[in-house]
Amino acid sequence: MSEEKNIALKESDEPDGLEQGRREFLKKVCASSVSALVAAPAVAGANTEADNPDADVTVAEYFQGHFLLMSDEEKKQAIARLEKRYSAQYRKKTTVSDVEAPDGVLFGYALDISKCIGCRRCVHACVKENNQSRHDPTVQWIQVMKMPKGNISFTAENLDKGYPAKSEFGDYGVQVGGNAYKTAGLSTEDAQNYYNDDVVPDKDFFYMPVQCQQCEKPPCVKACPVRATFRDHAGVVLIDYNWCIGCRMCQLACPYHARRFNWGEPNLPAEEMNPKTHYFGNRPRMRGVMEKCTFCVQRTREGRDPACMEACPVGARKFGNLLDPESDVRKVLATKRVFRFKEEFGTYPKFFYYIG
Amino acid sequence: MNTVISFAKDFASYAFKGGRVYYAWLLSLVFFILVGCYTAYIQLTQGLIVTGATDQVTLESFFANFVFTAHVAAAAVLVVAPGYIYHRKDLKEIAVIGEIVAMVFVATGITFILFHMGRPDRTWHIVPLIGHMNFPNSMLSFDTIVLNVYLLLNMIGVSYILFKKYVGTFHEKQLAVWFRPIVFLAIAWGPLIHIVTAFVLASNARVEAWSTAVLPFAFLTMAGASGPALIVMIFLLTRKFTDMEIGYPAIDLMTTIIAWSLGILMLVFAAEFFTVLYPSTEHADSLKFNMFGHKGLNHYVPWFWGTILALVGSFIALLFRGVRHSYDRWLPITCLVVFFAILIEKPMILVFPAFSPSPLGEYTEYHVTLIEFFNVMFVWALGFFWLTVILKGAIGILTGEVRHHSALAFAPDRAQGGI
Repeated sequence: MSEEKNIALKESDEPDGLEQGRREFLKKVCASSVSALVAAPAVAGANTEADNPDADVTVAEYFQGHFLLMSDEEKKQAIARLEKRYSAQYRKKTTVSDVEAPDGVLFGYALDISKCIGCRRCVHACVKENNQSRHDPTVQWIQVMKMPKGNISFTAENLDKGYPAKSEFGDYGVQVGGNAYKTAGLSTEDAQNYYNDDVVPDKDFFYMPVQCQQCEKPPCVKACPVRATFRDHAGVVLIDYNWCIGCRMCQLACPYHARRFNWGEPNLPAEEMNPKTHYFGNRPRMRGVMEKCTFCVQRTREGRDPACMEACPVGARKFGNLLDPESDVRKVLATKRVFRFKEEFGTYPKFFYYIG
Repeated sequence: MNTVISFAKDFASYAFKGGRVYYAWLLSLVFFILVGCYTAYIQLTQGLIVTGATDQVTLESFFANFVFTAHVAAAAVLVVAPGYIYHRKDLKEIAVIGEIVAMVFVATGITFILFHMGRPDRTWHIVPLIGHMNFPNSMLSFDTIVLNVYLLLNMIGVSYILFKKYVGTFHEKQLAVWFRPIVFLAIAWGPLIHIVTAFVLASNARVEAWSTAVLPFAFLTMAGASGPALIVMIFLLTRKFTDMEIGYPAIDLMTTIIAWSLGILMLVFAAEFFTVLYPSTEHADSLKFNMFGHKGLNHYVPWFWGTILALVGSFIALLFRGVRHSYDRWLPITCLVVFFAILIEKPMILVFPAFSPSPLGEYTEYHVTLIEFFNVMFVWALGFFWLTVILKGAIGILTGEVRHHSALAFAPDRAQGGI
């Protein structure tokens, strides 16, 4: 088992490393006095730079409709607008794809919780690939739960304790044992979501990464009042960031804490920005809209694997087409002990956990 | 058309005329409005990051206050219904006060929702035809419809009654055929906005504290207590400062409604607490967090017990005749306590604790930021400013002090006012 191999986290995975990067970035921003980076699209009109392409772009972007319902011509214009704005804002050639999901495909994911070592490389690969806000707000689509292994919560000294206790009225027998009220095994109750260990895996704990479960019956899609979030025909739940009104009903509905909100203007350093983007995927978001894992729509629609899967050092993550019996996911489903997280909510996730 | 202009002119000039206390009250509201303009600007330019909300506790105090405005707005029908359904003459004459309260509070609630939204500039996305409303799937789309229709119904009702009284033709035979249906529709619509608002919360299966069938009942009983509590205070102030006659029987009826709404609320709380706490499954976690705290996080605990104590205390107090008839001291005090207890119940019991534990087991305390506080005060100050001014003008019309010159020939006889 890979758990025996302890893997030291690299410097760059530490919060300190991020802090360093931010300071350097701020210095650079101050030096070059480029305001386009921090300016919100809404106030970009105030930018007096002569070559600022944002002014007309912002107004047109404001009046654009739901992307799915646009004509091909409108889509082309919307994409061109975004590419122009992003290229200027991040000072590098940015592409925004709107490639459709392949036909005859239902994307699915499987994660081996017995292999996961909690290194959070998937989290950071995801942040990098998907252009999340680095700080204020810090947005991470994957959250890794660190849970104590069950066999450490029982003690012999609690054997005689419990309820009701023995008293002068007599011994009626303990109805609630002294070792009650302690969680064991897979439970969110004592899960640590913000552990900061030097070395992983911690031997008394196991790990479970949680991200969007891409439900077949997603409660978030049902809750959205403007249909900004929807399920595409490959089964992935996506968001039109330009249509989202920021009411956060989807976040309320989600039983997996998978959705993240841009509480403020996202802070995405230009040098760390990934310029290969997709309209529904990793293009830079704006303040006040929801975002979440898209199974790396910009990669998977072109036949590549999600970034989190590529980053996993122990091969705990499998991705593929659920309709193809030869895919990794289908093989896992056929041969391993598989479960869905919180299946009692009736959301039918296409994200499976298994014990390998 | 000239009549409409002179109506607006006479109404406004009467509404802004008053004594020293009146101006002091309006000025204090203007203070919060001015400060609020600044804090609202900060929120609009920087985003909701200036509030205390996080991905864990995603609803801020704006949403909590919105639920409370829905309480009061829905309860305003309790003034209208006795007049129009049970033909209580005294209440029928002042029914318009209830409609004004409903109108202003729905508008205030909608303003709170605009503050709650991450992109208020994209509100048009929900308007059918130019945008796309996810109807009938999204509960928020239902809420949008019922709130706006309720606002419209009350605006029509209020302006029609006031205008007709202003020109002196508010008689049974001179009223439009659509007026009665509108009034009855508004009476039915009041509880409806409230039930739908409860469903907006209850539809989220993952927030276990809300996923309960008693939520609409809790909302309606709290509406029945908080709305009339405000209306009793309005009635008492009107009696004190104006010539308008509001009889004690009308106030007594409101007091009875408050008392027994609180009585039923006790049962609703008991039912919920028992059902949740006896088996003590994961559904009880957020209630236990609210009641006793969790591993040192006990920010909500004093608020919980304080609110419950205030509600139980006011219920018991209102069972005493001495309190109910103490119109100049104990009754207004009790009404104030009920109003604020239910206002505080919204963030501190209903909304914030419900988010802990989160789906991944996190416990989070919510701390309101200063900017958020002033934005909440901004919306309330706006609401109470409109409420005061519209009520003042309406009272001028109801007492006959504001009349169209052609109507001056009639004696300001309120007896003819009823339909």
